[in-house]
Amino acid sequence: MTADTAPAVAPGPAAAGPGARPGRSRHSILRSAVNWGGLLPFAIYAGLGLILPTIAIIIGAFQTDNGAFTFSNINVALHGVYLHGLVTSLELSVIASIIPGVIGFLIAYAIFTARRGSVLRRVTITASGTFANFGGVPLAFLFIATLGTTGLLTGWLNAIGLNPYDHGFNLYTFSGVVLVYMYFQIPLMVLVILPSLEGLRPAWREAAANLGASSWQYWRYVGGPVLMPAFLGCVLLLFGSALSAYATAQALTSGSIPLTSIQIGSFLNGNVLAGQANVGKALALGMVLIIAVAMSLYALAQRRAAKWLQ
Amino acid sequence: MAAVAGQQLAGELAPVPPRVRTGAVRRFPFWRWIILVLAGLYFALPLYAGFRFSGLSSFPAVASQEGFSEAFTLSIRLAAITTVLTLVLMVPTVIWVHLRLPKVRRIMETITILPIVIPPVVLILGVLEVSPAGLKASPNLLALLYVVLAMPFAYRALDAGLRALDLKTLVEASNSLGGGMGTTLWRIILPNLRTALLSATVLTVALVLGEFTMASLDQYQTFPVWIVAFDQTSGPISVAASLAALIVTWIVLMLITAIGGRGRGGRGSGATLYSVARREPPGGS
Repeated sequence: MTADTAPAVAPGPAAAGPGARPGRSRHSILRSAVNWGGLLPFAIYAGLGLILPTIAIIIGAFQTDNGAFTFSNINVALHGVYLHGLVTSLELSVIASIIPGVIGFLIAYAIFTARRGSVLRRVTITASGTFANFGGVPLAFLFIATLGTTGLLTGWLNAIGLNPYDHGFNLYTFSGVVLVYMYFQIPLMVLVILPSLEGLRPAWREAAANLGASSWQYWRYVGGPVLMPAFLGCVLLLFGSALSAYATAQALTSGSIPLTSIQIGSFLNGNVLAGQANVGKALALGMVLIIAVAMSLYALAQRRAAKWLQ
Repeated sequence: MAAVAGQQLAGELAPVPPRVRTGAVRRFPFWRWIILVLAGLYFALPLYAGFRFSGLSSFPAVASQEGFSEAFTLSIRLAAITTVLTLVLMVPTVIWVHLRLPKVRRIMETITILPIVIPPVVLILGVLEVSPAGLKASPNLLALLYVVLAMPFAYRALDAGLRALDLKTLVEASNSLGGGMGTTLWRIILPNLRTALLSATVLTVALVLGEFTMASLDQYQTFPVWIVAFDQTSGPISVAASLAALIVTWIVLMLITAIGGRGRGGRGSGATLYSVARREPPGGS
């Protein structure tokens, strides 16, 4: 409306300006509509496959079996065995993200400096891609064959008088699960931290060396602070991955360690008490919230990291 | 691992460059080797134990087991559907984002990272809640879901591939020579994205062939679910099946990075396949 009346009100040379501008802006609106329209298939798919299920969980968490509004699911989820599960899940995820994070960083740095031997890098990187996606039951099998009560390594250690089962280790408990999780967490760390290491410019190291800095000083004042946000971001990602893991822990412990993901799975398998059908969704909501916090921190860390590591 | 380490060591020793920072250079590799050898042991031992446990004779026996062909066929079918859907959905989207909406790249990265961190149990719980009954009764629902799970890998592989191209120039050159949208896509962009497409495909296939959580909770016996169910009767054969799947995936990935690395000067093209963090094009520091 205003676009049509504007030229009539303001005649003369000024007319060209307002007359042309709405035309251009209409064109650019159309253009940007077309631009965004190109994202529509992806947006619809992601909406149906990711957002809609999440919303369904959030709504379901606040509903009784008959669909009435309630807080009782949340209440149940925050008490007793479910609270215990949530706490154990958090503990496990923290430990199984920090330890592999540090080890993965060291390995990534070791192969990052191996410029000449690209075979080593290639093998490590492809192995990381393979092992990071390896998990679940097959992984549990391999570790049972290695460190189970009758496993290969257990036998070797026993032969030299160091049976790990006599020293507090048990593959089917918390420490065992952490050890097994490292099998996919370390490679994941290598994959996600490598690009950040590649952003570390040799010029910084040389400049530090020219100014007489020792290796330790370089890491303390230059490399460390620059990499820290990226490192923390990657550890948060590992945290999410550990929290999500279901099949590995399930196969290894058969549910003897209370973990939220396994508890949610048992709701799906139909082990439900009357009136608690939606407690699983409340647990899922808890996980979504934890992930949301971790991902916000991750985004923050990424933004800090991007400042230096382009 | 040992053989590779040996090669690496030989590569380090062969040329004798000016020894300016000898001290630093010499001391560091020692720690590097300690770390890599320990890590190598950690990763190799379970594989070796698996081989010892299953025995070589179990490998040929895998294929002749009851239920193998049904489970394997289902997994292959899901892998095919998922790969086609993923590529049809993601390739145009990522190209579009690069050409028209470069600012959206960061948002896309955030959205496509979600399937990695949203627990599969949570996702399948929500999906079973909202999906129509007809779809729920079909294993194809899994394929549709796997497309979502494949998004992080497919997006990053394609994004890395496109960053290495001067897409705008290619498209303009093609247009000025009279190439339409379709021609440009089929004959210019896709051939240049060969490596990225290949890696997106392999990662997607590997994901589908290995996914257990969703398939088992959706009550379909895919290959990984079959391995577990089968374990009740014969442990060695199911371990052999797991090992075979792992090693085949690794070999295929090695082949792909070998091909891709040759084309692009090898600067971590392997890393770009999976990297989740932000990354600039190779060579552009």
